[in-house]
Amino acid sequence: MDKTQALHQQLSSLLESQNLAVLATHRSGQPYTSLVAFYATEDLRNLFFVTPKTTRKFENIKADPRVSILVNSSTNQTVDFHRAVSVTVVGEASEIVGSERQPILERYLKKHPHLEDFVRSPSCAVVRVSAKSYFMVQNFQNVMELHIDQ
Amino acid sequence: MNWVISAENIQPGDRQRVGGKGYALTLLANNGFQIPETICISSDAYQEYVDRTGLRERIQLELHRKDFKEMRWEEIWDCATRIRNMFLRKQIPDHIAKRLKADIQFRFKDKPVAVRSSAPEEDTARASFAGLHESYINISGIDAILEHIRKVWASLWSDAALLYRQEIGLNVEKSTMAVVIQEIVPGDRSGVAFTQSPNDDSQGVIESVYGLNQGLVDGTVEPDRWILDRKTHRVISHTPATRRYWIVPIEQGVQLNPLPQSKSRMPPLNVQETREVFGQARRAEDFFGTPQDVEWTYRDRSLVVLQSRPITTLSGGKPEDNRGWYLSLHRSFENLKSLRTKIEEALIPGMIAAAEELAATDLTRLPDGALATEIKRRWEINHKWVTIYWDEFIPFAHGVRLFGQIYNDAIKPEDPYEFVDLLTETEMVSLERNRMLEDLAEQIRSNRRLAGQLQKGLYAEVDPDFRAEIDAFVLKFGDLSCAVTGGSQCAQDTDPLIKILLEMANHPPAPTGRRNYKKTEILKEKFLTCFAGDQRTRAVELLDLARSSYRLRDDDNIYLGRIEAQLLAAVREARQRIENMVSGGSDAPTANELKAVLADLDHRAESRNPYRKEAGAKFNIKPRQLIGQPGGPGIASGRARVVRQHTDLADFKHGEVLVCDAVDPNMTFVVPLVSAVVERRGGMLIHGAIIAREYGLPCVTGISDATALIKTGDKITVDGYIGIVTIGSGEI
Repeated sequence: MDKTQALHQQLSSLLESQNLAVLATHRSGQPYTSLVAFYATEDLRNLFFVTPKTTRKFENIKADPRVSILVNSSTNQTVDFHRAVSVTVVGEASEIVGSERQPILERYLKKHPHLEDFVRSPSCAVVRVSAKSYFMVQNFQNVMELHIDQ
Repeated sequence: MNWVISAENIQPGDRQRVGGKGYALTLLANNGFQIPETICISSDAYQEYVDRTGLRERIQLELHRKDFKEMRWEEIWDCATRIRNMFLRKQIPDHIAKRLKADIQFRFKDKPVAVRSSAPEEDTARASFAGLHESYINISGIDAILEHIRKVWASLWSDAALLYRQEIGLNVEKSTMAVVIQEIVPGDRSGVAFTQSPNDDSQGVIESVYGLNQGLVDGTVEPDRWILDRKTHRVISHTPATRRYWIVPIEQGVQLNPLPQSKSRMPPLNVQETREVFGQARRAEDFFGTPQDVEWTYRDRSLVVLQSRPITTLSGGKPEDNRGWYLSLHRSFENLKSLRTKIEEALIPGMIAAAEELAATDLTRLPDGALATEIKRRWEINHKWVTIYWDEFIPFAHGVRLFGQIYNDAIKPEDPYEFVDLLTETEMVSLERNRMLEDLAEQIRSNRRLAGQLQKGLYAEVDPDFRAEIDAFVLKFGDLSCAVTGGSQCAQDTDPLIKILLEMANHPPAPTGRRNYKKTEILKEKFLTCFAGDQRTRAVELLDLARSSYRLRDDDNIYLGRIEAQLLAAVREARQRIENMVSGGSDAPTANELKAVLADLDHRAESRNPYRKEAGAKFNIKPRQLIGQPGGPGIASGRARVVRQHTDLADFKHGEVLVCDAVDPNMTFVVPLVSAVVERRGGMLIHGAIIAREYGLPCVTGISDATALIKTGDKITVDGYIGIVTIGSGEI
């Protein structure tokens, strides 16, 4: 396995293993972070989360779709410093409407079955983040980037 | 929970807490063996210490800088050195120290003790850690005892121990350490007994020396050896030693002294005593149920058992035990001293003579056939010296490491590599070479006409005096464009050298190194005042040895380079002739002979070429920040110049960052142009790090795939304080 494949695999297993991610949006330049339950496609191209449309994060995304997402494997223990892996995703968010929405929701519920009532509510939006770049940090401060051809 | 437990109070449930050695002693004490007064400091105390001081995670961070399997032994040594220094500098917190002090003082009062390691993993792993962790003999005073407890704890992370754990697959996150403290028995004769010989299972072995056991265990004192019949305990053979030294207790610790003549004539044990020792050892075997390796000592005429452990080196389906090899990575002071004599008095003069002998032959006058033979001969000579280089010179580099450990133990410096500054007072040939380079550059800088001629390549018009200086330089140091350790390809003329000189002349002279003699003197004084009497004499000797070892790390390569330059000169002559024959339209059969010899050489030269590790697959991933080891403090940014072959050196521009697989010593001549150094090969004592330190350049070593991940022209920042390299701008 070459380095690219190895990195790819590391990233997808991290994304698979984690339920929650920190989403960063902004309003008029003021950064704003939120916790979201997400899943990512295996090809690393897309991440999906669900949010009520009334939220600040959703409003922010409508005003500026550029977002960043942080996923990490830390456990709030000291061993995290050498063990935890963290990845910052940079990409663009968009709401999913139409026929695409249902299959994505089904896939989403496979990972987060307990969110069934929440995600089926008509007041919720399914949001796709098309990833442009991944910045992965491990061994405390080793940083590798993976850029996705758009 | 009790941290301090007396041998007689240890319960079977305590086995994991007190380690293999501690538990075995308990069993002996409770079953009628005479052992010295003994207590165990359980591994709970270690755990509390590493938790309260934050060392637990600092150790793991240190070990996880990169994949352990990718670390070279030198990098592991560096890891171990930094970890050891953490233990040396972190006092035991008061609440732990208080508890330990009270119990230790109550048991031993002012008596001198031995502070020994006792690893709990020995049981779990069913593997022996004998000799991998440290023990200290004859330590007096509670503060000294506590300090040595820390050193024993630190030895859990020695390079040999780390390698061994890795090999037998132990999880380093779970490693822990108990300590055994024993009253010192000032034995007049000591030794070990193996109840079963590794060579013949009907026999046993006793080894014995005068004085304490340390010299026998670490190999500095040669023991008398008896082979005995396991059943009858009768002596089958006795091999006397040349009894020259013994280990005796001194005020703090022990010392190797010449053995008084009255003793050297007599074996340390008489026949009756060999029977007594072997009888005790066999009793221990019966008791533990497996063949034992028993350490013992005689105080006056009374036999005391110091420890007993299962023999793990017996053959019979057990995995191969490589500990001996790991331990051989460390050389004793005595061993290094004799190596030094050999190197300084025989090998270096031999190398110089070899280069001179080769230089005396006028290659242009040899017929083609003779030239082919001469190339082969030169290859053999070069090969011989390269082999000697690996077998003798490389091990001698351990002199620096031995000094480093003793310096750090004595000073406990903030920077575990401070000791290197104390070694740099010595003159390295490479520095002299770089001074000569600077002189030549200065001539170009101040002489426009000369600069113009050189830029236009009008070398023939250049002032003969300057040309003579260039020639003298090349004669002394080669033409600077060849690798030392292999490869028959080489730049054909002085062009690369001139290019470098022109680049140097375009910029103000580089600072001539940050060496500060005053600082060196202060460090030397600081170091030596830690010792008194005989110890001080030894410290002075060790410093001298270390300086020689340090100096040689660079000089040997220069001498080797001179021999290789002679091989390359012959190769060049052959190439020239082939070229002339081809362009002259002649196809003399002798050309084939020369071609064949060159082809053979290319084939043979493939190994050990430091430029060979090339980028493998193409990456579409991008590195942003890479961790290595901090090899030289400082921070600098510049364009990367990835040097994959010597010809890349000629293009070096002022202010660039040298990125390479391994700094070839003959590569260091571009150092005056360099703003920082990045090296794939890891280690704090490798050439790149040494030169960087010498010139005050930021340096990061040990970055896997450095030459593949970083491209020439990348803008990179080298942070030599924490050992990271950042590539590109922060643009998202």
